[in-house]
Amino acid sequence: MIQFQLNGETVTSESPSDTPLLWVIRDEMKLKGTKFGCGIAQCGACTVHLDGTAIRSCVTLLSTAENRSVTTIEGLSSAEGKALQSAWVDEQVPQCGYCQSGQIMQAADLLSRIPEPGDKDINEAMNGNLCRCMAYSRIRSAIKSAAKGREV
Amino acid sequence: MVMPQRKIPISRRTFLAGTVGTGLVMGLGTVLPGCSRKQAAEEIAASGASRIFSPAVWFEINSSGAVLINIAKAEMGQHVGTALARIVADELGADWSRVSIRHVDTDPKWGYMVTGGSWSVFTSFAMLSQAGAAGRTVLIDAGAKLLGVEAADCRAVGGNVVAGDKKISFADIVAKGDISRSFTDEELAAMPIKPAADRDLIGRKSAALDVPEKSNGKAVYGLDTELPGMVYAHPMIPPTRYGSTIGSIDDSAARDVPGYLQTLRLTDPGEVLQGWAVVIAESFPSAMKAAKAVKIDWQAGPTAKVSEADIMAEGAKIAADPASGVLVVNDGDVTAARASAAKNHSAIYRTSTALHFTLEPQNALVEYVDGVYHIHSGNQWQSLIVPVLAKSLGVAEANIMIHQYYLGGGFGRRLFGDQMIPAALAARELGRPVKLVFPRAEDSRFDCVRSASVAKFDASFDKSGKLTGIEHAAAAGWPTLAMAPGFLGDGIDGKGKFDPFSISGADHWYTLPAHRVRAINNELAQKTFLPGWLRAVGSGWMGWGVESFMDEVAALSGEDPVAFRLARLDAAGKNAGSAPNSVGGALRLAAALRDVAERSGWGKKLPAGEGMGVAVSHGQERNMPTWTACVAHVAVDSKTKKVTVRKIWQTIDCGTVVHPDGAMAQAEGATLWGLSLALHEGTQFENGEVKDRNLDTYSPLRMADVPELDIRFMESTEFPTGMGEPPLIAVPPAIGNAIFAATGKRIRDLPIRL
Repeated sequence: MIQFQLNGETVTSESPSDTPLLWVIRDEMKLKGTKFGCGIAQCGACTVHLDGTAIRSCVTLLSTAENRSVTTIEGLSSAEGKALQSAWVDEQVPQCGYCQSGQIMQAADLLSRIPEPGDKDINEAMNGNLCRCMAYSRIRSAIKSAAKGREV
Repeated sequence: MVMPQRKIPISRRTFLAGTVGTGLVMGLGTVLPGCSRKQAAEEIAASGASRIFSPAVWFEINSSGAVLINIAKAEMGQHVGTALARIVADELGADWSRVSIRHVDTDPKWGYMVTGGSWSVFTSFAMLSQAGAAGRTVLIDAGAKLLGVEAADCRAVGGNVVAGDKKISFADIVAKGDISRSFTDEELAAMPIKPAADRDLIGRKSAALDVPEKSNGKAVYGLDTELPGMVYAHPMIPPTRYGSTIGSIDDSAARDVPGYLQTLRLTDPGEVLQGWAVVIAESFPSAMKAAKAVKIDWQAGPTAKVSEADIMAEGAKIAADPASGVLVVNDGDVTAARASAAKNHSAIYRTSTALHFTLEPQNALVEYVDGVYHIHSGNQWQSLIVPVLAKSLGVAEANIMIHQYYLGGGFGRRLFGDQMIPAALAARELGRPVKLVFPRAEDSRFDCVRSASVAKFDASFDKSGKLTGIEHAAAAGWPTLAMAPGFLGDGIDGKGKFDPFSISGADHWYTLPAHRVRAINNELAQKTFLPGWLRAVGSGWMGWGVESFMDEVAALSGEDPVAFRLARLDAAGKNAGSAPNSVGGALRLAAALRDVAERSGWGKKLPAGEGMGVAVSHGQERNMPTWTACVAHVAVDSKTKKVTVRKIWQTIDCGTVVHPDGAMAQAEGATLWGLSLALHEGTQFENGEVKDRNLDTYSPLRMADVPELDIRFMESTEFPTGMGEPPLIAVPPAIGNAIFAATGKRIRDLPIRL
């Protein structure tokens, strides 16, 4: 039995402690917005925040999350998170949409560290997030417009 | 080439005008089965709507004025529901803010179900326009009566029927009007469609209906579905696609894994699966852990040693053999041109195996209830897989129902629903719902990959150096032969069948003095793996050879690559085009080429090590031309040989652009797919299987390598053609030709490795 905070609420998992956090979130806690892509931390579809920092939940063991705070796309409520989600709609970013929860969680981490990222910052932060539809240009412009929108 | 047609036309049978009872599920927002049905039904109940006007299967309007449009196409990123709904809504004169869409199951009433080939708008446009127009006609007639005016004085706009200063809403007409009129097929076909100038929605800016829930984690994909009592299945993939058999299974070590249930050997009477097993567990992590512990002793099939080099060598051999394959183009006299040539020039163009790598791995959830297999899985070609499933399960097609979800990428992978078979066989065996999920490596091993291809080109020139003919022989594994042989075409020489989707693009719109094309099946490829349709399909590899070789021929002729192409895009003879699909013919491709050349500053001086390359494409098929011209600007590092694409320009003429932002998004994505296939992707067969199975070694384009894009659509009100794939095709040859311009080195293999 492992306890952690999930989107602000205390939850208890009955899964074995070496279960990847991704499957606990998806199949035990029934939050399906976080996606399974590659299973080896190379696509970013499973990105969530652990104590506010973006991590790949497919290779993070449940035990790592014990007594810590996990945020998923469903619980993303920071100012940068909200700005990103509305920029995603304004810029019509998603195509198939499957990677977008992870893209937004990664971008929220970026904006929390670097409020006004340049292209180089975006490349460095987002290069680990694969978009198979290749909606990259819109992801970049939505991050920039979310950064601007938040200043106002 | 034959396109699949709906087997059930709009007819009196499906076009039953009038009211139907309550209880139909209505949607406010996108409704996908299994996610928001209940909510939608509750909203309907709350709205108190009691009458529903559904003059065609494609839409219904309730007495609160809400319009629900049924979408029989898969949503995999193209925002297809938005585009199709806007076609219906424009003709209806509906209020767009009251329109919602529903992605439907495989009830036969939806007709032939396929989402591929960039066909959706092209094949649906007339039918949906007519359905909308029929609805508008009934609403105007009924509205006119209620208003006490002549129908001829009314128009439908914004969800109202309007006559001068009088108006009545669709809601009131549905509630109170006489909406019982029916139409014959002939009347429907003759339905007056709005002239382009009167359109309110088509071609106007709009937001896609599926974007909000794809931005907040609420969109439901096949992988997200669950059923009470289900177990998880992990695929155990045999060492060869065909002919493998299981000797023994040892699961003693797996029995220590908590949650492990059993390992099932699968026997598929349809033989799509050969030598298969699945590991069953209570959770997916347990299934993954147990799968690692299960030992299966396979007897591998006959292709266990086949390599990429073997497949390429076979392709080169048959492409060089004039007796192989079937003729698909034979214009002029290539034999005479070659016999009398002062000079001949030959080249071989090749493309390596490529993976679909849909980010959502293949998966299916199957439940057997009351004699019906309910299959929950995102799919592009339901009408292809239902008969296959029926054979594998030994039941009638009526006993299979596929429920649609968002697809986490299609790209042609989900045209074949073979991942449903092991899930269904296991569900039958276990008597409980089974959720099968392919981990990434298994997804890649079971992929119906884009076949390696080999194309041989022979050009002949007269003594003045003028091009007199081109012969083209192209060999590859044929997806259509493997999965949908009913769609094979007949060679013009009577020598047999060919896969039209694997030779499209060879039948280009250039006027040549002589031109001959042979389509050849690579039987070694066909035996080794299941060749698949990958975004742009044959045109994707055909365009690589055709447009790179065209550049070679232009260089040998001493002509500028743009001028050389323009001179041959003269719309002479068969290239004149015809109504409605290809009005203007090759002249429209020439116009796109002129536009992209001008916008890119074609011919401008560039620093050493940089170059610009050009290529054109007519899209997926001659019968559905999307005229596309591309210029790529590259820089090649003289020391490291690293190729950097600085900018890509595209000019696209797809006729009427129904949903402009969606079309632009497809153009952006397809352009970058072209770049990715050119420089970043590609794998090899090794010991009968693909070598690269995950992102540690398979490396599609990432954010940091995205160049500047400058994409323009030509203004047009011509018949709409396809957009999902065509903008991919010209990109790889434009990059290859740009590298030639930068370095003088001709690139003939994809992916490009300098």
